[in-house]
Amino acid sequence: MKIHEYQAKEILRRYGVGTPRGRVTESAAEARAICEELGGRCVVKAQIHAGGRGKGGGVKLAQSPDEAFAHAGKILGMQLVTHQTGPEGQKVRKVLIEEAAQIAKELYVAVTLDRAAGKPVVIASAAGGMDIEEVAAKDPAAIHREPFDPFLGLLPFQARRIARRLGLAGDTAGKAAKLVTSLALAYVETDSSLAEINPLMVTAGGDVLALDAKMNFDDNALFRHKDLVAMRDLAEENALEVEASRFNLNYIKLDGEIGCMVNGAGLAMATMDIIQLEGSSPANFLDVGGSASQEAVTNAFKILISDAAVRAVLINIFGGIARTDRIANGVVAALRELGGAEIPVVVRLEGTNVEEGRRILRESEFPFHVAETMADAAKRVVAAVRGGA
Amino acid sequence: MAIWLNRETRLVVQGITGKEGKFHALGCRDYGTQVVAGVTPGKGGEVVEGIPVFDSVEQAKQATGANASMVFVPPPFAADAICEAAATGIELVVAITEGIPVGDMLRVKAFLRDFPKVRLIGPNCPGIITPGQAKIGIMPGHIHRPGRVGVVSRSGTLTYEAVWQLTGLGLGQSTCVGIGGDPVNGTSFLDVLQAFKADPETDAVILIGEIGGDAEETAAAWVRTSYDRPVVGFIAGRTAPPGRRMGHAGAIVSGGKGTAQAKIEAMREAGIHVCDSPADLGASVARALGKG
Repeated sequence: MKIHEYQAKEILRRYGVGTPRGRVTESAAEARAICEELGGRCVVKAQIHAGGRGKGGGVKLAQSPDEAFAHAGKILGMQLVTHQTGPEGQKVRKVLIEEAAQIAKELYVAVTLDRAAGKPVVIASAAGGMDIEEVAAKDPAAIHREPFDPFLGLLPFQARRIARRLGLAGDTAGKAAKLVTSLALAYVETDSSLAEINPLMVTAGGDVLALDAKMNFDDNALFRHKDLVAMRDLAEENALEVEASRFNLNYIKLDGEIGCMVNGAGLAMATMDIIQLEGSSPANFLDVGGSASQEAVTNAFKILISDAAVRAVLINIFGGIARTDRIANGVVAALRELGGAEIPVVVRLEGTNVEEGRRILRESEFPFHVAETMADAAKRVVAAVRGGA
Repeated sequence: MAIWLNRETRLVVQGITGKEGKFHALGCRDYGTQVVAGVTPGKGGEVVEGIPVFDSVEQAKQATGANASMVFVPPPFAADAICEAAATGIELVVAITEGIPVGDMLRVKAFLRDFPKVRLIGPNCPGIITPGQAKIGIMPGHIHRPGRVGVVSRSGTLTYEAVWQLTGLGLGQSTCVGIGGDPVNGTSFLDVLQAFKADPETDAVILIGEIGGDAEETAAAWVRTSYDRPVVGFIAGRTAPPGRRMGHAGAIVSGGKGTAQAKIEAMREAGIHVCDSPADLGASVARALGKG
């Protein structure tokens, strides 16, 4: 689960991480008032889940409350396009108004999981404010990695080492070490998958503050974090994905033309891949669950065909424990409930009782394209989209 | 000979009184596995279709001599169940449960360092099967047949797909291991490959990976230097967009790492035959064994 910058800062402040003073608002008039409270100069920051907001025009410096009003008026309601939003962009509903700080240095610090080590790791770099992936690619030596034991926490010597690697000394180094320790604790206690401060700012006065903040959480741990679940912003998520999650379906919207319905995540990814191999592109990832029940298939079908970009559907089910004939009956019943489909539907069933399953599909009132193998299914669905089937 | 699991294995099912736990405990028993006990705290003394239920793994082990466990315990309690099995001296723990928090798995991993003999498979996995002998897991037993191809995979149904292709070509399997789709798990590709190397009855291996992490790369580096039997591979998720979790918690390309392309290149450099299409897995093994 993702949250907004202002929410991440709220959480981090609870752990003692310093941030610039400021408040979030949905109105330009309030933006003006907040700017006045902050002393008349401020930064107006669009709050959407995607990164790259500055380059997209979603972050503006205001020299006066009137300017804050003007910037907030423009940013609120805009479709903000960044490299992470896709071409349609994301509508801005909230802006964070923060005091404009005197920046002496911009650094980078984050905590994430080191999968190979099975431990969390602090990643730190003196090259802050930039795309850390680019820094890592160009100059790996500029990045310091500090794995730590999640139960002991980041140890004091480790925190001091990170501050040193960031090129800090004296009081500022002490403040940075304290901040990194707080960040590591916040990461562990909130079951984060990512806690990132970029840039981490050293002010002209030697203070160390989180100028930006991003936190993602482990979906599997949300059952024990009701406060975090309350921060979920459904408006930031794809409407179809939200709908699918209500039915416990694992659905991710992609930008292709072939709707996919598959049982199992690995097979679902492989199905997307084979569609591309045949020269087309998947409109989604959709895992209906290993057993592919009739209810799951019906709900999945509704979601697939409500995506206007979908021009054909490929159902790829491996019937193991659940018999193929029962799955075939489920697919037919789903289409009956939905009153048929207006676009071509290619079904590939494999597994137990497959002959019976295919017979049920062929003899139904629906013009299914019944494929024998995965490769055959991919060829047929791509041909259907191209008008050749 | 196979690896880790055979007809002598004595299985306890943790979470046997739940719907899924019961269904699959019976599925394992029907396949031929010796399912000797079940465990659900507070339900000791019950009997599930002839299988005695105990309050603890300790009691189950004392009464039945169980030496392997299948964990069907719900996510909030699953990590505890795994640790209980390990601490009791159960040597093979297969965690089927999907949705265990990463933070809990870090605890489990730390706990297991004191029990180096314990092999944890999973979590979030289909389990392990030695065809013709026994299965611990949720895979359909009847699609398998005994033979000499080892299979290791991070996914469930995609593995069944590969097994089905092998079986259709008359190629049986020695053991099939699903290591699970989570970012922190008990058994890695490398662990399984090393066990297959030590098994004289495994002539070739199918390795099915997916985006995320670098376990496939680590396995490939080892194959390059240390394994000379044929390995056929596939990586799912070439078309997955970065930053999105594709169903499995571990299947995510983040920070430019874990891409399908990097894995495929590492595997090809190691001499692994990587299939572009998942439909070619079985046929590729047949060719590699000179049976195609």
